[in-house]
Amino acid sequence: MTTTLDHPSYNLKVVRQFTIMTVIWGIVGTLVGVLIAAQLIWPALNFDTPWLTYSRLRPLHTNAVIFAFGTSALFATSYYVVQRTCKTALFGGKLAAFTFWGWQAVIVLAVITLPLGYTSSKEYAELEWPIDILIALVWVSYIIVFFGTLVKRKVSHIYVANWFFGGFILTVAVLHIGNSMVIPVSMLKSYSIYSGAIDAMMQWWYGHNAVGFLLTAGFLGMMYYFVPKQAERPVYSYRLSIVHFWALISLYIWAGPHHLHYTALPDWAQSVGMVMSIVLFLPSWGGMINGIMTLSGAWHKLRHDPILRFLIVSLSFYGMSTFEGPMMAIKSVNALSHYTDWTVGHVHSGALGWVAMVSIGALYHLIPVLYNQGRMYSIRLINVHFWLHTTGVVLYIVAMWISGVMQGLMWRAVNTDGTLTYSFVESLTASYPFYFIRFVGGVLVVAGFVLMAYNMFKTIGAKDESLKPVEVA
Amino acid sequence: MMMDYGTLRGLIALLILALFIVIVVWAYSKKRKSAFDEAANSIFEEPKDINRDNKNNKQETNNNV
Repeated sequence: MTTTLDHPSYNLKVVRQFTIMTVIWGIVGTLVGVLIAAQLIWPALNFDTPWLTYSRLRPLHTNAVIFAFGTSALFATSYYVVQRTCKTALFGGKLAAFTFWGWQAVIVLAVITLPLGYTSSKEYAELEWPIDILIALVWVSYIIVFFGTLVKRKVSHIYVANWFFGGFILTVAVLHIGNSMVIPVSMLKSYSIYSGAIDAMMQWWYGHNAVGFLLTAGFLGMMYYFVPKQAERPVYSYRLSIVHFWALISLYIWAGPHHLHYTALPDWAQSVGMVMSIVLFLPSWGGMINGIMTLSGAWHKLRHDPILRFLIVSLSFYGMSTFEGPMMAIKSVNALSHYTDWTVGHVHSGALGWVAMVSIGALYHLIPVLYNQGRMYSIRLINVHFWLHTTGVVLYIVAMWISGVMQGLMWRAVNTDGTLTYSFVESLTASYPFYFIRFVGGVLVVAGFVLMAYNMFKTIGAKDESLKPVEVA
Repeated sequence: MMMDYGTLRGLIALLILALFIVIVVWAYSKKRKSAFDEAANSIFEEPKDINRDNKNNKQETNNNV
């Protein structure tokens, strides 16, 4: 009885549900990605069916990986971390279950409506207005559950991971509601209340901050808990983590205009976006260094522990992407990179390298804890997954870099008489080999996710406490 | 006396910069060090067997521990 008082009974059911769905959506999302990557090489793969066309499956892929895979991972880890660091169960009773079922309903609705061609045509915000309303309801419930738990915490200090999770949850609500303001004309058709350049600015204020707060701040919250836990040592500098938080959230919000260089957006707004994106390099690298240096004095752990390797390599990709991003936001560099595959490569070094790897590492840490085991079913399979994933990501991003720079150079090449040297189709033909390398990289990533699912279900199915932790000298 | 919109924005920018410097000074002050060290280590103070406790909502099963 005393133990029940010391250890609050956490709500782990919702964490388990989100954890399992993260892995399932990881497979689905990347598989759709591989299909559309294949369509770019073999266009016949759309089978002349409207709902299998690239234009409809591409938003399905982005929604599935960002909102189904990534956001489920954030739900799982934030619900777990907030309970354990606040030493109290989740607030709100059944509201947490509502966030799970509500969020899964959103995803299923996306899987149905996007291939059918219902879209608001706003990138990363394609879903039509009834689904947007459901998203808003789920998200407000998420705010109530998360912040309610913080309010009833049993410790005085709020651990830094929760600051990042909290920042992510609040900001995404503001972004989603702000950008999704529409006038419905029927059940599945609506028009944005914004128009012209203002619409574009709203869209990329939303779009870039979805990157900044969902794909960065949220996963940094994950990093600040799971990296120290897996490394079994406290974060390198707690002070730096506080400065990191305030610097990151106050700077990210201004970077959106770099998506609109050389457009109808006023020049001054483009320049502000560029400058703020460059400054953003500092907090990003501060956070990366803080995460990686947590391992200082214990680097040898990387040799034995593939989970830690996932987490630390994710930070390396984070550092790489957050160096590349500010560079690409410089207007003259952007003139070369924009609309090319370089952008696609950059996004995937962030999404597959940083977001997916930190989530995978965190889940491999979390699954045994959730299911009463000392470790995952197979450490060897985690290692295989690590190498499959890393090879896949490297193939993908290197192929896209080369293809992107090549496209940029071909598009801007002019003859002495001022005519274009290459037609668009010539640049497309030149990209084919790289599209194939990208496809191979994607297949490796999906294979890794399938192994992860197998490993996860074997761990869940094992007899309680039958998997003993490995002792490393 | 109305303030020019541009001046107002400039002042807000300065205010935020000042606020940021205050945060840095506060975070790195010697007084806070022990509290932050404690916070950094707080994640290691938790019990490992959260599942067992979770199942032990019915208290009679405690006797097998």
